[in-house]
Amino acid sequence: MLTYISIFVTAIFVNNIVLSQFLGICPFLGVSKRIDSALGMGAAVTFVMTLSTIVTYLLQTHLLVPLGLSYMQTIVFILVIAALVQLLEIIIKKIAPALYQALGVFLPLITTNCTILGVALIVIQKNMTLLESTVYAISTALGFTLALVIFAGMREQMSLSRIPKAMQGTPIALIAAGLLAMAFMGFSGIKIG
Amino acid sequence: MLWSLTLITAVAGGLLGYTNQLTEAPIARAAKASREKAIQQVIPAYDNSPIDEQTNYTVHNEYGETVATIYPARKNGELAGAAVECSNNTGYGGEIRIIVGFEADGTIKDYRVVKHQETPGLGAKMDEWFRADKNNQSIIGKSPERNNFHVTKDSGDIDAITAATITSRAFLAAVRTAYAAYTESLKGGNHE
Amino acid sequence: MNKTKILLNGLIKENPTFVLLLGMCPTLGTTTSAMGGLGMGLSTLFVLICSNVVISMVKGIIPDKVRIPAFIVIIATFVTILQLCMQAYLPDLYATLGLFIPLIVVNCILLGRAEAFAAKHPPAESFFDGLGIGLGFTVALTLLGSVREFLGTGHIFGFAIYPEEYGSLIFILAPGAFIALGFLIAIIHTINKTR
Repeated sequence: MLTYISIFVTAIFVNNIVLSQFLGICPFLGVSKRIDSALGMGAAVTFVMTLSTIVTYLLQTHLLVPLGLSYMQTIVFILVIAALVQLLEIIIKKIAPALYQALGVFLPLITTNCTILGVALIVIQKNMTLLESTVYAISTALGFTLALVIFAGMREQMSLSRIPKAMQGTPIALIAAGLLAMAFMGFSGIKIG
Repeated sequence: MLWSLTLITAVAGGLLGYTNQLTEAPIARAAKASREKAIQQVIPAYDNSPIDEQTNYTVHNEYGETVATIYPARKNGELAGAAVECSNNTGYGGEIRIIVGFEADGTIKDYRVVKHQETPGLGAKMDEWFRADKNNQSIIGKSPERNNFHVTKDSGDIDAITAATITSRAFLAAVRTAYAAYTESLKGGNHE
Repeated sequence: MNKTKILLNGLIKENPTFVLLLGMCPTLGTTTSAMGGLGMGLSTLFVLICSNVVISMVKGIIPDKVRIPAFIVIIATFVTILQLCMQAYLPDLYATLGLFIPLIVVNCILLGRAEAFAAKHPPAESFFDGLGIGLGFTVALTLLGSVREFLGTGHIFGFAIYPEEYGSLIFILAPGAFIALGFLIAIIHTINKTR
């Protein structure tokens, strides 16, 4: 049990996927102008990441490794993720139109969100079990959402401030992200178990 | 519409299979060569083949079970020391895997970091820091038997890497595990 | 189109990092040193040229509907070839760049160029587009890597400029990556405007 709590806390705070591992920077900068869209993106990522990690994990352990096809890993994983995103889009549209309204715009963006492929590869690299991988995927996605929402809050405030001309737009956003990353470094001493 | 996608995937698969065949041997060779190089660098002169004589020992300590691989170095049939490869999972980014070379009496001759996921730039310092003869940084010429292999912050004898105490703690823990495995191997204990 | 013009377009006017703001993950993740930035830039350059040329050659036989998956397969193939070759012949560089090599697949620059350029232009022009954009990316990453290595450790490409003790470690760590890139983009935008 302690292992899972440790994975959970580490993935959200200590090794935050965006602020310390530099994955998912594009949506982090792109979809963080408003808090509600940040939440929508976070929810969509959580959904896809958990599902795709489980599917790719099973594919890797039960198909690619036994057949000696590990070198096809990258190509298979990205195709699975792309197909899964398409499938989800169709299913959500049919079953839950309200949810589709909220998440629909974000789904196509997710295929090229490198956190999804990144997490699928990391759990294989770290030799995690299926349950550990699932917990890791969920917590990483929550960490992503947390970073995105905090950052969106900062940017909503920032849009009201006067900023030197050269720094407007991306530069000031990057520097604010740097300060947020610095704050998250404070979690680095945490150790559980 | 589907046939073209299938065709592309098939061509891609074939191409990758071929590349894999071409690079399989060089990859294995590169991995073995880097291991051999690391072993060579850390242990005293030898005339046997440490890789062929490797044995595994399981060490039980506060970090749970750790499997350590021992590559014994012999000169004229006598044990001259050994390289011990083992890991510790409490680093900043998880696993730190090192090879430590011991002389026959357990004095550390040299070490190499094989694998780590620490912050780039900081973690890489491990490979230089603990051999620099400055203040109490170096672990070379010391032995976990005579010295306290903890960082000075934890009232040990070794200076931690500036701003990377967690990495340093995990590194020293791995060295202690390696030493435990080495002393166990001297007793001719329960190797697998 | 003029080939030098295509080349310069990618290098300066549409610089993927400083102007288009694409491929941010490897830009921040691999630039703890100038060498890391250069290695990542060249790896991306290789995949980009190969995928651009091949996509431009086969664009006629791919139906529009399966365009994107087909592009992804082509890009992923070259990434895997690169991955295998690096493991075999440049294991040290591969160990440094790690996860960011397979993640070239999802670098928006590649799919972006495939869609915006290679799918509409002949192979020769696509080659120069890949070369230009790839070089622009490489220059940007090497520059950011140099700045971070210089401020953080006092070295550039491993050569000491000033003693390491005076370096400010934060630039090697995560926050420094964001901050250094923020200032670099501000400087480059200002230069571009005044010209």
